[in-house]
Amino acid sequence: MNNENLNSEKFKKDIIIAGVGGQGIVSIASVIGYATLEAKLFFKQSEVHGMSQRGGDVQSHFRIANAPIHSDTIPMGNADLIISVEPMEALRYVNFLNSDGWIITNQNPYNNIPNYPDLNIVYDTINQFPHSIMFDAEAEARKIGTAKAANIVLLGAASSFLGMDYTMLETGIRKLFGRKGDKIVDINIRALARGAEIFRDIKK
Amino acid sequence: MKRLPILGDEAIAQGAIDAGLTAIYAYPGTPSTEITEYVLRSKQAKEAGIIANWCANEKTAMEAAIGVSYTGKRAMACMKHVGLNVAADPFMNSAITGANGGLVVVSADDPSMHSSQNEQDSRYFGKFALMPVLEPHDQQEAYDMMHYGFDISEKYGTPILMRITTRLAHSRAGVTLRETRAQNDMRLPENARQFVLLPSNARHRYDILVRNQDNFIYEAETSGFNKFTDGVDKSMGIIVSGIAYNYVMENYQHNNLPYPILRIGQYPLPVDMIRNLIDSVDKVLVIEEGYPLIEEQLRGLLNNGSKPIHGRLDGTLPRKGELNPVIVAKALNFGEPTLNIVPEFIVGRPPQLCAGCPHIDSYTGLNEAMADYSGGRVMSDIGCYTLGALEPFNSINSCVDMGASITMAKGAADAGLVPAVAVIGDSTFIHSGITGLIDCVTYNSPVTILILDNETVAMTGGQKSLAMGKLENIVLGAGLKPEHLHVIDPRKKFHEQNTELMKKAIAHQGVSVIIARRECIVALDEIKAEREKLAAQTN
Repeated sequence: MNNENLNSEKFKKDIIIAGVGGQGIVSIASVIGYATLEAKLFFKQSEVHGMSQRGGDVQSHFRIANAPIHSDTIPMGNADLIISVEPMEALRYVNFLNSDGWIITNQNPYNNIPNYPDLNIVYDTINQFPHSIMFDAEAEARKIGTAKAANIVLLGAASSFLGMDYTMLETGIRKLFGRKGDKIVDINIRALARGAEIFRDIKK
Repeated sequence: MKRLPILGDEAIAQGAIDAGLTAIYAYPGTPSTEITEYVLRSKQAKEAGIIANWCANEKTAMEAAIGVSYTGKRAMACMKHVGLNVAADPFMNSAITGANGGLVVVSADDPSMHSSQNEQDSRYFGKFALMPVLEPHDQQEAYDMMHYGFDISEKYGTPILMRITTRLAHSRAGVTLRETRAQNDMRLPENARQFVLLPSNARHRYDILVRNQDNFIYEAETSGFNKFTDGVDKSMGIIVSGIAYNYVMENYQHNNLPYPILRIGQYPLPVDMIRNLIDSVDKVLVIEEGYPLIEEQLRGLLNNGSKPIHGRLDGTLPRKGELNPVIVAKALNFGEPTLNIVPEFIVGRPPQLCAGCPHIDSYTGLNEAMADYSGGRVMSDIGCYTLGALEPFNSINSCVDMGASITMAKGAADAGLVPAVAVIGDSTFIHSGITGLIDCVTYNSPVTILILDNETVAMTGGQKSLAMGKLENIVLGAGLKPEHLHVIDPRKKFHEQNTELMKKAIAHQGVSVIIARRECIVALDEIKAEREKLAAQTN
């Protein structure tokens, strides 16, 4: 470990990545994971395996710091950021969010249950959080080439919160998707860039 | 030194590879599956010629590992906590035979039952078997403990149990690796009767095990995995085991924990360390992920300790379920944080069968075939198809343990519930269904067994199913008459004929077996690879 981050004052980012099994939660976490290693920071990332992956609600806790991290899971009230691939799933974890925390979420519902709540109420509730942005990540991903990259568009929108250089996320994408070929890497690099751009536009 | 970002499960696997492992055996089960998967994928393991096998069940896995240990080489068996119940017979007796080559059993517990039928604590099994238990608190320690575990296994000639929980198994962190140790050469036991548990020899071996307990306690006092850190505030002392240590320290971010703390990572418990801690404080707080094993031992039956003991048994911590930093904060008297409230309209999103899953067609057919009978007649088993108990199917009425569908259906039929149906997956059938089928065939019980053959172990992510290419022969080999074995293709377009066939089989007053075969929709690549391997073997 030899990095300027370690010499500066204490730094930590606690991130909850949320969605439904099969929506690419683990991919978001893996890209951040590779990027964190590149940035030579400490991290712990807890993920859900097993039964819930079959269309159930899933989440990953991602903790980044410049000092050793204790708990594998984020204490409630401590998360700096929720990245969600599904709007209702973003709200499921708001008890983990700290008072300055951000919600960055896709607006497309994943409706695989008979009692999905009124979407307008879901949207209104998300918008009531002082730091939240919500957009159609699937539409943005589709413009780039595939709706599947919606997860990486969302990661792009969150990229300025992660406390690491943007290029390290690009490196993370190359490492994660490299074996799937240049085309997939390229789509995801552009998805990341588009997400970052959307965040800048909305913040203006 | 190489540093890898790996899961706790993977740290255990890499630790074993680097510690000179010769073979690993397992049956898939959340949260243990990734240990064996890692070895199967590891280039280093392949180059070292390490054997990594999915086995028929945890018992056969455990026995194979004992066989490797017999030859003087290092072996591992991995399972989820309830898998250790299946392996209990060889596990308990391996403590008596002792190990020759290093033998480490990993059992991954699932507190709060994220993916399990119960939240039993494997540390009790270690205590039951009088076997040393290792319980790492983080990924690095899991890696380091594999080296130590194999070493003391050989030093004292004893198997070692490593107990982890879901959160460590499935959490990733950076792990620093050590030099790789070479595998052991073959060296059979010096005493040719070491592994012969005839009563006269078993008594002798048991005597050795009992006398070894002092050595195991000595190791626990000196290995460094039980670690005491003093504190200035002696009003309370903390005894904390495994991953729960992290939840304590999370609440003292600036290393300002005022209380003396003893972190437990190795059993049997270090008696002197515990006595020294308790002597120096006014009361004790015991924090354990799992059952209150340490707390119960401290209290004793008559609660006759001299100092107050707090933990799961007096309500300071919840009696059951997984811990987290906030629960532990409460026990440490921190105020409750103000939290955002999760809106009431957020509804649960239970797991469900995938779109296109063959089980959907099987259950649709079965529901229709059973429509003429009163409900409550379908016993089932453990796998993705257990989701058939939920909406919209409501097809099955039991899920108890691996293989119980067939034997429970037999018992229910014996008691007069005729017809009775069993629904079981292909891999679960191999695991523990075959013996039940033999019971049914022997007594020609009026039971219809529906084997849902998706050609993989789907629930845990698509591991190799040992049923592939063998099911019909196994069923017939168990003695079923060929006219009562049926194979169907569960697809919408065959719905009518499949349903008719099920009706007939169910009406038959004896055993019948229907194999509903269509590959898992999400494991197509894995299944294709296994089919190719199988074809190459048979050619």
